[in-house]
Amino acid sequence: MTSLLNITQDQYKQKLQARQTQGVLYTYLYRSSLVVAVLSLIVLALTVLNQNFGLVVVQYKIDPTTLSDEPLENLDKNQLGEILQQNAPRRILVLVRDTLAAVAPDQFTTLNLDQALGNVVFPEGINPSEQKITDLSDDQVLALLVENSTPSEMLTFVNTEVVGVDILKTYSFYESASNRAAIDAETTEKFPEATIEFRSWLSGRFLQNGQSANVNDIGVRTALIGSLWIMLVTILTALPLGVGAAIYLEEYATDNAVNRLIETNIRNLAGVPSIIYGILGLSIFVRALVFITSGSAFSGLGVEANANGRTILSAGMSLALLILPIIIINGQEAIRAVPRTIREASYGLGATKWQTISRQVLPAAIPGVLTGTILAFSRAIGETAPLIVVGASTVLTSDPNNVFSPFTVIPIQIYNWTSRPQPEYQHIAAAAIIVLLILLLVLNTFAIILRNRYSKNLS
Amino acid sequence: MVLNSTIQQDGTPRYIASVNDPILELKNVKVFYGSYMAVQNINIPIARNKITAFIGPSGCGKSTVLRSINRMNELIPSTRVEGEIVFQGQNLYAPQVDSVEVRRRIGMVFQKPNPFPKSIYDNICYGPRVMGVNNKQVLDEIVEKSLRGAALWDEVKNDLNKSGMALSGGQQQRLCIARTIAVEPEVILMDEPCASLDPIATQRIEELMRELQDNYTIVIVTHNMQQAVRASDYTAFFNIRKKETGNKETRWGELIEFNETARMFESPQSQETADYISGRFG
Repeated sequence: MTSLLNITQDQYKQKLQARQTQGVLYTYLYRSSLVVAVLSLIVLALTVLNQNFGLVVVQYKIDPTTLSDEPLENLDKNQLGEILQQNAPRRILVLVRDTLAAVAPDQFTTLNLDQALGNVVFPEGINPSEQKITDLSDDQVLALLVENSTPSEMLTFVNTEVVGVDILKTYSFYESASNRAAIDAETTEKFPEATIEFRSWLSGRFLQNGQSANVNDIGVRTALIGSLWIMLVTILTALPLGVGAAIYLEEYATDNAVNRLIETNIRNLAGVPSIIYGILGLSIFVRALVFITSGSAFSGLGVEANANGRTILSAGMSLALLILPIIIINGQEAIRAVPRTIREASYGLGATKWQTISRQVLPAAIPGVLTGTILAFSRAIGETAPLIVVGASTVLTSDPNNVFSPFTVIPIQIYNWTSRPQPEYQHIAAAAIIVLLILLLVLNTFAIILRNRYSKNLS
Repeated sequence: MVLNSTIQQDGTPRYIASVNDPILELKNVKVFYGSYMAVQNINIPIARNKITAFIGPSGCGKSTVLRSINRMNELIPSTRVEGEIVFQGQNLYAPQVDSVEVRRRIGMVFQKPNPFPKSIYDNICYGPRVMGVNNKQVLDEIVEKSLRGAALWDEVKNDLNKSGMALSGGQQQRLCIARTIAVEPEVILMDEPCASLDPIATQRIEELMRELQDNYTIVIVTHNMQQAVRASDYTAFFNIRKKETGNKETRWGELIEFNETARMFESPQSQETADYISGRFG
């Protein structure tokens, strides 16, 4: 029988060699793409870590080791108060005025205490409705300050008023490690009084402290709490809405022109630049719904309303709009991936449509839905642009304590700090980036564990 | 036994045996997918407490007809059924009939075993639970009775909390049968229930069908003619019809012959049936 292939054994061998080589070349191509990706990640991590660790040249007005035998961090707030009284007695009244006064400085000394001070706890022996601040003894003023401050606030007072840490110069980890001798020499020459310390800018204090004018005391607490609050609002809004829309589109919507148009548009919305969502959030939540988002609609319930709509609620809902399309699309894919046989089995046993959806389709779709949610969540937590438009505060002195509080988030702070000219802020930004990445990892790990648990139940 | 012989429009004869006191009757059923007609001329009486087999070449519409009996085909949008399917004197496609109740009373077992990704216990309880039966003691009894009914109890009684997916293919299919009888249907539809099983598992299912016959009416679609001979009392033979319109060919399925299984395989009335069962085509 003659062969129609018309190819000799030699030709076949030759071509086979070429075919195999082609496969090998593609393997190398894919492998090198992976190497590029991994290298970029490593470079990113090294850059951040390089900025986070390093030497700092600090100068104290008073060396903290002369104040106490123990490190200041280990002292309680009464001991810190004593240090304040011994070393900066005249600043105590100023601190009380700056942190506790509810009225303008000129009225602070003329009004009785219950009017002059805000919502404070009075130590025993003070009669707030009859005494003025000037009537109190030094000890009583100190007690007033100690009573109404947290230990970390007291530590900040001691650091700023007594120790007076001044960061004179900072170095990256690479500079510190490679050039130690030159740094020592430069410091002794330029700053003879100063000491050199090796520090990680990311520290317990960095997490605990709020914002501060002093670089040494700056922390990420308000931004971290803001990020967590906003994520909570975002996920509570976007997840039910997104999954609900996905269920409707997959299970109930008929295949007609209107529904196809809606679906196409949802897919397009997933690609809309995030700043557009910021503008949407600004006009809808911040402006049009200010009555609700500022909390004034709920003031009858004892809610402390914000002056405007630039609140956690507005920010969270704007981000929810941003990730809604992603959650809907992934939800639809997950629901579509549930085998038809499972639905048929459920219907075949006399289950209604809703019973089939709620008892079979949704549980089987949860792992897929969670995967989409993780993706969406990761995107939302790093978003900066829409939150700038919605009105994040760059400087926020008090922690957000409900959804109607003004807010800032970690990415906003990173953006703010990196744009400062002072070199110290680059280190602070690096520390904040690490906090953001760890936060992201923790939340994603949690979601992945949840997803795996559901997948395990199903198999 | 009366054999009705009719001549259809296309000139081919139809042989439909009559059945005493049928539990189900398909009367001139047509099934459409959108504007496409998948089957027509379906007239089958289903005998009470007997096993009726649907046979025919691929694409002849036997599964389509089976699925229209418990309105399962409605899950595919734009499906439409014409004619009547009368169950216990009631047309299942009458507007006041709820398909959920139809599927409870006419259960279904599918080609591929499809246990829920849950425990054996929860698989059996699913049907009763969606009906609102939640009493633990009642459910325990239902589970045991259903598993015994499906000849699976002895194999799984110590592993009721094991996932239904962990069983072998044949066991999974018997679990699906147990799950179906847990809601106490009157008719069980089986859509090629042994297609994905090995010969031993197939034999067990066939034995089980014979046991179930005392309490249930069974309709089974099968590709396997030996199975139809072994396991059924009545057989309906479907075949494909074609029509050329311009350069487009349309195909649909029709019922050719319905008779007692033994008679049909001994002396088929139609030449088409004879050709098919002797293996000359299909």
